Amino acid sequence: MSFCRKLACVVLALVLGASVAANWLAPSGYAKQFREATDAPPSRTHWLGTDEIGRDRFARVLYGTRISLLLAPAAALLSTLMAALIGGLAGYLGGAWARMAMAVTDLFLSLPWLFLLITARALMPLNVSPLVSVLVTFLLLGLLGWTAAARVLCATAGTLRTSDFVRQARATGLPGRRLFWVHVVPNLKPVLYAQFWISIPVFILSEANLGILGLGVAEPLPSWGSLLKELEGLVSVGEEPWKFVPLILLVVVVTSFQLLLSKQEEVAA
Amino acid sequence: MRSLRWKIAGHGLALVATVLLGGFLSATLVRLAPGFDVDERELDPHLNAQSVQALRDARHQDRNVFKFYFSYMNRAAHGDLGTSLALGQPVRTLLRDRAPLTMRLLTMGLGLAWLLTLTLALSAAWLRLSVYDTMTTVVSGTFLCLPAAVLALLSVLWNVPGSLAIALIVFPHTYRYARNLLVKAYSRPHIITARAKGLGEARILFWHVLPVVTPQLLAVAGVSVSLAVGAAIPVEALCGLAGIGQLAWQAALARDLPLLVNITILVTLVTLLANSGADVISHVVRGQEA
Amino acid sequence: MKRHARMLRQSATPCGKAIAVAMLCLASLLGHALAQGGELRLCLRNEPKTFDPLKVEDDASGQIRYLTGGVLVRVNRQTQELEPELALSWKVSKDGRQISFHLRSGISFSDGTAFTAEDVAYTVQQLMDPALHSATGDAFRSGTGSVETKVISPTQISIRFPAPVAGLDRLFDQVAILSERSSKKEMAVLGPFMVADYKPGASVLLKRNPNYWKTDEQGRKLPYLDSIRLDIQRNGDIEMLRFKRGELDLINVLDADYFDKLAATSPQLVHDAGPSLDSEQLWFNQVAKSPIPAYKKSWFRSATFRRAISEAINREDLSRVVFHGHAQPALGPFSPANKFWFNSNLKPQSYSPDAALKELQAEGFRMENGALKDKDGNEVVFSIITNAGSKMRERMAVLIQDDLQKIGIHVNVVTLDFPSLGERMTQTFDYEAIILGLTNVDLDPNGEMNVWLSSSDNHQWNPQQKTPETPWEAEIDRLMRAQASTSDAKKRKEAFDRVQEIVVEQEPFIFLINKNALSAVSTTVHGAAPVILSPQTFWNAERLTVAPQ
Repeated sequence: MSFCRKLACVVLALVLGASVAANWLAPSGYAKQFREATDAPPSRTHWLGTDEIGRDRFARVLYGTRISLLLAPAAALLSTLMAALIGGLAGYLGGAWARMAMAVTDLFLSLPWLFLLITARALMPLNVSPLVSVLVTFLLLGLLGWTAAARVLCATAGTLRTSDFVRQARATGLPGRRLFWVHVVPNLKPVLYAQFWISIPVFILSEANLGILGLGVAEPLPSWGSLLKELEGLVSVGEEPWKFVPLILLVVVVTSFQLLLSKQEEVAA
Repeated sequence: MRSLRWKIAGHGLALVATVLLGGFLSATLVRLAPGFDVDERELDPHLNAQSVQALRDARHQDRNVFKFYFSYMNRAAHGDLGTSLALGQPVRTLLRDRAPLTMRLLTMGLGLAWLLTLTLALSAAWLRLSVYDTMTTVVSGTFLCLPAAVLALLSVLWNVPGSLAIALIVFPHTYRYARNLLVKAYSRPHIITARAKGLGEARILFWHVLPVVTPQLLAVAGVSVSLAVGAAIPVEALCGLAGIGQLAWQAALARDLPLLVNITILVTLVTLLANSGADVISHVVRGQEA
Repeated sequence: MKRHARMLRQSATPCGKAIAVAMLCLASLLGHALAQGGELRLCLRNEPKTFDPLKVEDDASGQIRYLTGGVLVRVNRQTQELEPELALSWKVSKDGRQISFHLRSGISFSDGTAFTAEDVAYTVQQLMDPALHSATGDAFRSGTGSVETKVISPTQISIRFPAPVAGLDRLFDQVAILSERSSKKEMAVLGPFMVADYKPGASVLLKRNPNYWKTDEQGRKLPYLDSIRLDIQRNGDIEMLRFKRGELDLINVLDADYFDKLAATSPQLVHDAGPSLDSEQLWFNQVAKSPIPAYKKSWFRSATFRRAISEAINREDLSRVVFHGHAQPALGPFSPANKFWFNSNLKPQSYSPDAALKELQAEGFRMENGALKDKDGNEVVFSIITNAGSKMRERMAVLIQDDLQKIGIHVNVVTLDFPSLGERMTQTFDYEAIILGLTNVDLDPNGEMNVWLSSSDNHQWNPQQKTPETPWEAEIDRLMRAQASTSDAKKRKEAFDRVQEIVVEQEPFIFLINKNALSAVSTTVHGAAPVILSPQTFWNAERLTVAPQ
């Protein structure tokens, strides 16, 4: 394993370990409000300072990692699988199937899903637990996030459909299902890995934006997305660089995922 | 020739049907979403009961989505796209006044995004240096992790055009796809053979790699148009740019059905045209290859 | 000026003194001349929905109306007193049904059309058109029947209403006079500025009205400014950024977050005018037909429960933590800034979780493993909804969530977009508790009639009651109608004082805080004196000047 991949493994293990050990590393918890020390800079008691209502930012980053690091990749996996199924299959079948699937995909890309999400929130009880709320959010993101990759996968699968090795396999009498899963899908992996890698931060950020609809994490539960929203007060954040820590952490984790995946990409290539 | 004409006509009809379906589905989504019947003005304590009722009655006329859409299509056929509920102005005027700004923003944004994408992806695939690859991954990853609102705010802070913010929102997506597709293309046996035979890198790239990945890159290009359209909403809203993206956001908050239906139809048309165009070109390229 | 005065005293010769005086006068004249003209730049938080002053219902349109509209009388935003404008004098009849105005003569609209009493009659008739449905018009509608206008002469008019209208004269502060004869309709104005350009989504440009009638004490024509540019900017962060960069001259309403940050670097730019008329409150759903569980309805309909919740909320912390000290704990429905109408006998709401718990225990609630349960064993869990995008309300909700956790109550905070919230509040009644605010633009309690009357749509906690469901709501109905039917200020005050006492006892609204009026004014702007009444910073726009940068 190369040095970069080893480093990526160590980083991810550290981040995951820290989130699991949040109870010990940040015993004050993510919800306790130190009302006498709001918006405080880093100190010995608060390593990353406190937020606008006095909650320890370090604790919130650790606990937020649990939510974001578990659920965002799960939602990314769901959207990737759906993209593979819909886009890959459509491209493989070609003809009218591909045209119909892509028309549906284009429709999906254009519709204002904001209103579906608002309706989803309305159907949920107001007293739903924060965890259920965030699970539903990531599930919806996974179910709606496949469209961009499906288009690319359809084009890729379409190219493969007319390639020599696929024609040869067909000529030897290989059943369609086996041909698709064993010979076509592995060649879609570069796009699938790209889709997976892109989706993780996109879903983390989308979850925070969905807060305006009542979806996403409910207070006081933190998530990386909600922590990143602090950066929107950019007028003064330049004077408070510790607020960039969630962003740096997200970039580091996303890069580590990519470095780990790059081995798989090379093998897929 | 005749069959080509039929094919084109068929595609055209399918496009129109999809666009109209998009409009109808959008109207349905808006109509079914909570808050459709509510006008913020009802909460004004100065309004008496009759005025509040008048506001509610005004909203009720659009309750039946089939009736609304049928009447909308009828009027649209005569050039009347309806009147915005939130702004009280004809939708046609609003779209006409704001479209040029959004078109400029999207064109510049997409152009910049693809310039960045191709520069970095081609160089990453060509050089095949893990350090360079890691660096580009970190750069694109950083922009991917930055909220769109922050990028928009940065563009205001640094006095740079909003199109740069759009470019930086779109480029990480397109870069990753393009880079992976190029890496895969470079690993094909015929490329390895070409290199072994001493073919120049430029020739390999333009004659053997790009033709292979063009259909997929075109698909990514088509998708990038949708990404850019989506990015235009927060960028215009935050940067105070009076474009269609800002209008879409206002319309969504106000449940402005006439405006939302028209914007969805416009977005669906743009998306379909972009993706269909990509499909047609890639078909031609594949045909030439064959 | 002080430095120049010292120079004068120290001058040795009479000639030197004369030269110094001449220099002083010249500097003053030059300085003022330099300061005249110029463009004032500020932001509107939303797109103005109309330029028709009779149809104004949103803040942005209201601000444009203030700058362009000519009114008969004006509430001085600084002194809160009513002053003559287009009317030289006025008289309200004893029964409160009739008002007569004596108008100024020789005044023209911005397009040159002469202003007469006919224009006032025309405006009133348009305003009282039953098909208009505007907040401005509805404020005058105290009874059924038509309004009679009688033009006695070009400068005299009397207006008779079908029923007494409380605070009748002050309501004309919101009525911008339209021209009956002008072809420009609502674009022909009598105010200091007129709409010159409107770029939807971008900006509104107001230019000086060349026919504005007012002059200053030296006889110079007002306004001093050439123009006012109002950029449409929804985002507070960007507004702040542009102000810091010198692209804006005023921030009319400054968030508490930004106040301290700006004050740290440039204290001379920020202004805290003290408690405003606005309030933030929490209320529980008391609607009998709401779909919430019956046991929750019984909690929310109990005054003891509501009082206990109120006592468990730390208002000092809300003011200090959420508003950085730029807010005061609310005492009742009206802010102390409303000098005449505020009931000064109201006591501050106490904060005591122990006392709150005792009150609840007296009602049959009990603590079990850190969770509060009612007498039937139901855990006390409810949701508080508020509108997304309001950082202050979201933070208040989180603080209240933490406060109530201390007495074993579990609160779920849900932020919703405004239409969804509005639907729950006004149509489905599918909510448990809400935090929202009341923005008061007028001082008179009559403006809140539709909040306090139990039959009204805006009686938020339990609207549209056919008959008052509780004795205290019936009493409030009686008191509000009594104060609306008399023009005796003392009697009106007594009635409304009692309304305030009942509201504090029964807590249908748990009033949380009164925000301070915060604003920012660039040093290039002269003459600004921020106040609490809207528009806080440019209430005297006709006398503002902007020094060249």
